[in-house]
Amino acid sequence: MPLSTQLEAGEEQYVLIASLDNARNLSNILKAIQFKDHATFLATSNGIKVTVEDSKCLQANAFIQAEIFQEFSIQEDSVMFRVNLAVLLDCLTIFGGSAVPGVTTALKMCYNGYGYPLTLILEEGGVVTVCKINTQEPEETLDFDFCSTNVINKVILQSDSLREAFSELDMTSEVLQITMSPDKPYFRLSTFGNSGSAHCDYPKDSDMMEVFQCTQTQTNRYKMSLLKPSTKALSLSCKVSIRTDSRGFLSLQYMVRNDDGQICFIEYFCCPDEEVGEQEQ
Amino acid sequence: MRFRAKMIDIGCFNHFTRVVNTISKLTKTCTLRLTTDKLYFILSDKVANGGVSMWCELSQGNFFDEFQLEGVSTEHNEIYMDLAAENLFRALKTAHNAKSLKIKLTNKHCPCITLAVELPSLSRVSRVVTHDIPVGVIPKKLWNDFKEPSVPDFDVSIYLPPLKTMKNVVERMKNLSNFLVLEANLNGEMNLKIETDLVSVTTHFKDLGNPSWGDNGSQDSTQDRDPETMMDVKVDIRKLLQFLACQQVNPSKVICNIVNKRIVHFILLHEDVSLQYFIPAHA
Repeated sequence: MPLSTQLEAGEEQYVLIASLDNARNLSNILKAIQFKDHATFLATSNGIKVTVEDSKCLQANAFIQAEIFQEFSIQEDSVMFRVNLAVLLDCLTIFGGSAVPGVTTALKMCYNGYGYPLTLILEEGGVVTVCKINTQEPEETLDFDFCSTNVINKVILQSDSLREAFSELDMTSEVLQITMSPDKPYFRLSTFGNSGSAHCDYPKDSDMMEVFQCTQTQTNRYKMSLLKPSTKALSLSCKVSIRTDSRGFLSLQYMVRNDDGQICFIEYFCCPDEEVGEQEQ
Repeated sequence: MRFRAKMIDIGCFNHFTRVVNTISKLTKTCTLRLTTDKLYFILSDKVANGGVSMWCELSQGNFFDEFQLEGVSTEHNEIYMDLAAENLFRALKTAHNAKSLKIKLTNKHCPCITLAVELPSLSRVSRVVTHDIPVGVIPKKLWNDFKEPSVPDFDVSIYLPPLKTMKNVVERMKNLSNFLVLEANLNGEMNLKIETDLVSVTTHFKDLGNPSWGDNGSQDSTQDRDPETMMDVKVDIRKLLQFLACQQVNPSKVICNIVNKRIVHFILLHEDVSLQYFIPAHA
């Protein structure tokens, strides 16, 4: 039975309806920002932005444009709600977590507005599952006030190389230090762990470096514990852009290709670590 | 009491190992009942199991080439013993390419089931690996605790959907809730439902088919009932998942009998082995 006939009677009531032939195009990207239990959903005619925050220092956003969905209709300018992300992911993957070749789960997501649960209708192989997830009062998400005019340094790297570097990072280091400069060492990742300091340099003319726009030497440290969740987004992505602004705030933007080859973006914003002692070069 | 048996066919070793593996996934300890014709793995419904019970029955002739049993008496030519299925499974795993497997009841410091696995070897003399699995022999006066359960007077009988699909769904539901409502009707429809403060999830299965039980008293009482009416049982999710996960291969059909609000009864038939599993409704 096609999903659309299930809700025919009540479809006029919904403020948001979004359908996907392959639920993984949503669940995979949400898994990459699942480092906290709760997420804020913001839907506009452009699509859906899902935000997860940690201790007012880190924010991750996943953008799924309206074009990704097979059906996307919104009755208000913007629709916002907060939901338990772990519960949502368990529902999106109700037919199993691992991908079986040739088998996809279809999804229809409906939201009736403030005070109503988020309804998911999932179908795989003729079996239909209906989930109603309670929504909560949306909380204001942080505005990191990161705009491109304040960007001092920017590089775009192919994710493969950064994945390697991240997997070898000394996790006993409390901070990850990022140095970006028009001069040597150009782009350097440093750690200061139990075994001492370690540096990983990327020359500006390296094959992996797609864009190198550094105007000023900047060295900033970020708490390793805050950046660790970003490795999930890194492993899904094909390219990553790393930018810092005049305050030392970090923006990581990941370009992710989904199962159908469509592009989605994940963005991480991180505040620099204030408790910096003598900076080691 | 005496018991000795011998298995020489590789297919039989593997089949028997799979059965014991299934049992070990359902319960830590169980009762093994030996008769001249059959082996039974039994779990009776104690509070300690959460009221779950199991009855698994196989014909010894399908597995053993030699089988000799002298029970507690000539009148009661059977032996009942407690054992940990996991121990038996681990011992059997070593027999997967054995030349022969001998099983006997022995007394070494305590009663044991002793497995002697004859392994292939390059020299003329075979290597024999011996496993001693401690068992507790159960005296005849307690045999009444292990009676064969009768098929309950069910309200609905239905075939389960493919176990793998059902297991995937129940596995996810287990992250969300401790209890699940299993409901089904005489129209081949089954729903799995969970409901908590955070979320409610319902999975709908259709066209499952209802087995016919012929001249069964239960069937008569259901004939007047609307086939759309759902009968349900609320069960502990972990117990249901344990049953769905115990089989490594997909059996041909699993029958599910529901006594409304009381108990769910599963009957699994695979390769001449029958397994019944009962889960009572959560109080």
